[in-house]
Amino acid sequence: MSDDTILLDHGSGGLASQELISGLFLKYLDSPVLKGLEDSAVIDNQPGKLVFTTDSYVVDPLFFPGGDIGKLAVHGTINDLAMRGGRPLCLSLALILEEGMPLKDLERIIISVAQAAKESGVPIVTGDTKVVPRGKADKVFINTSGIGVVDASLSLSSQNGTPGDAIILSGTMGDHGITIMTRRAGIALEGDLRSDTMPLHRLVDTILDRYPDSVRTFRDPTRGGVATTLNEIAAASSLTIVLQEEALPIRAEVRAACEILGLEPLYLANEGKCLAVVNGKDADNILELMKQQDEGKDAVIIGRLEKGKAGRVLINTPIGGSRVITPLHGEPLPRIC
Amino acid sequence: MKYIDEYRDSSLVKPLVEKLKKSVTKPVRLMEVCGTHTMAIFRNGIRSILPAGMEIVSGPGCPVCVTSASHMDAFIAMAEIPGVRVAIFGDLFRVPGSHGSLANATARGALVEVVYSPMDALELARNNPEDTVVFLGVGFETTTPGIAATILAAYHEDIDNFCVFSTQKVIPGPLEALMQDPQLNINGLLCPGHVSAIIGAGAYQPFVDQGLACVVAGFEPADLVNGLILLAKQVGSNTPQVENIYPRVVSWDGNRRALAMVDQIFEPTDMEWRGLGVIENSGLAIREKYQKFDAQKRFDIELVPTEEPKGCLCGEILKGQTVPPQCPLFGSRCKPSTPVGPCMVSSEGTCAAYYKYGRDS
Repeated sequence: MSDDTILLDHGSGGLASQELISGLFLKYLDSPVLKGLEDSAVIDNQPGKLVFTTDSYVVDPLFFPGGDIGKLAVHGTINDLAMRGGRPLCLSLALILEEGMPLKDLERIIISVAQAAKESGVPIVTGDTKVVPRGKADKVFINTSGIGVVDASLSLSSQNGTPGDAIILSGTMGDHGITIMTRRAGIALEGDLRSDTMPLHRLVDTILDRYPDSVRTFRDPTRGGVATTLNEIAAASSLTIVLQEEALPIRAEVRAACEILGLEPLYLANEGKCLAVVNGKDADNILELMKQQDEGKDAVIIGRLEKGKAGRVLINTPIGGSRVITPLHGEPLPRIC
Repeated sequence: MKYIDEYRDSSLVKPLVEKLKKSVTKPVRLMEVCGTHTMAIFRNGIRSILPAGMEIVSGPGCPVCVTSASHMDAFIAMAEIPGVRVAIFGDLFRVPGSHGSLANATARGALVEVVYSPMDALELARNNPEDTVVFLGVGFETTTPGIAATILAAYHEDIDNFCVFSTQKVIPGPLEALMQDPQLNINGLLCPGHVSAIIGAGAYQPFVDQGLACVVAGFEPADLVNGLILLAKQVGSNTPQVENIYPRVVSWDGNRRALAMVDQIFEPTDMEWRGLGVIENSGLAIREKYQKFDAQKRFDIELVPTEEPKGCLCGEILKGQTVPPQCPLFGSRCKPSTPVGPCMVSSEGTCAAYYKYGRDS
């Protein structure tokens, strides 16, 4: 049994911990900095300003179509760096494991972390593992922190919005949220529902390389969805956002699942999408550039920033009406009938 | 998506909207009875395109909203019994009783599971033989047949650890009682779509006999706008009748098989409605033959009378007598994240709809 599951000993700092580190973590995570097993990582100085972020991942289920908690933990933190224009340099990986967690699940997660880090070109350079007694955590919780650099001249912020700016959404919305929700509830729906988890730093870099002065900010609409993030942008910029409902990109499968469960895609989490607020006159060019990248192939302009009541988000409905979009209140719950 | 896209097609709906603008020949005050209609009207921005002279008020058709605080208290007490696992539709999770909600009970250790069908609750019972699974039945004719079918399945499989706390309600009787209220001054009903799939469009004939225009409509923009046009026409020409423009789902007689199943399992009982009080024969209780599945009998749960929260106007709102912005608590003490009254809790609640979609309009 001890060979198959996580034991409290694995977090003791003793021999079992060392076996876990060298036998599992270092087997897959091959950064030379990490392999030194020092108390902290030394990172070469880079010109520019530092960006630093941290995020914890507690998703249930651990594995889902399109990804798993490991991939999410790498992509999520990379994306948080990228949204401020940061080029990610490195990540930390801290695990809180529940006693009794199957080792094969942990191995699967570490392989996924390693693969995501490699594909993103962002190494894991430091880490930590703790084990808590059974029932004190839910299988595995992951924290990743990330450091990146941003050009000294760049200052992306949600406060930068200006009337006339366009809002580009880099692809379809709600894919991650609906996938997790239906999996968690054990609802089997026909159609290919899968998480959209992916790193966006290359997409951001490509845009900033060509249009450094036209981008006001990037935001990733994770929990709370596009609706909540847009409310934050409208509030920070003290402007009104007007969306066109017909422009919103939603995959047919996601829309169908939302219709069945009474959910709105605008409030569902995304893990591989960004909202770009850009100068209106360059919007079409930036959109074209985004569409040429894999990460942005389904990008569309969904709305504009306008003078008006600060912090308000309106949507024009296809029939010529309009309504207010508020931020998310509480977890999205399926409706009664 | 079939049956959705064609009814959202703006090239079809925009001409209807133009027609709607010309359809009002005398003042029309309509009630949309069903909570899903309330939501669909807001979601499509229909309030923003209503012609002058047309007014829509929301009725008592949000099942969570009309669930009384004393029932919520009983639900929470039930959830806190050791060995009980309650199964609910998601809307019920944050509904306040007199002292907190099921969400608060969960934080204290109660087992509350959100299910998508009562059959999922039965599955929970099969998978957790050590617990008693109690499905909290909240809803109208739309959800009752599914609950009846689940009780029947549990009966045939002889499952011991499953029961239902029924606060199921019926629509036509209470709606008729509501229409007697002279303050309401309604001259037409946008009749529910899903409820009507079960009870049939014919169920609204008594309202026509009282002089009310009635249109049974679906939930897509074309359904809604067309429904409003026809209601305005009926009122304008004083020719009340039941028109069914949702024939893809609703028939005149309804779903007889479902109705027979409901009648097999349930019998009429007096039921308390939040804001409306106890209405005779407006609820459904589990018949004696199936009493083993009746949670109230099994656990001897008593309903304790409660007072409505101070200042809350949900009662008047449920009766269409006032609108949410008139309530002193609306948007300040009462919002979706901290609801005081039930109309703010359910996504179908009138206050939630006003807050979410129409706060500034």
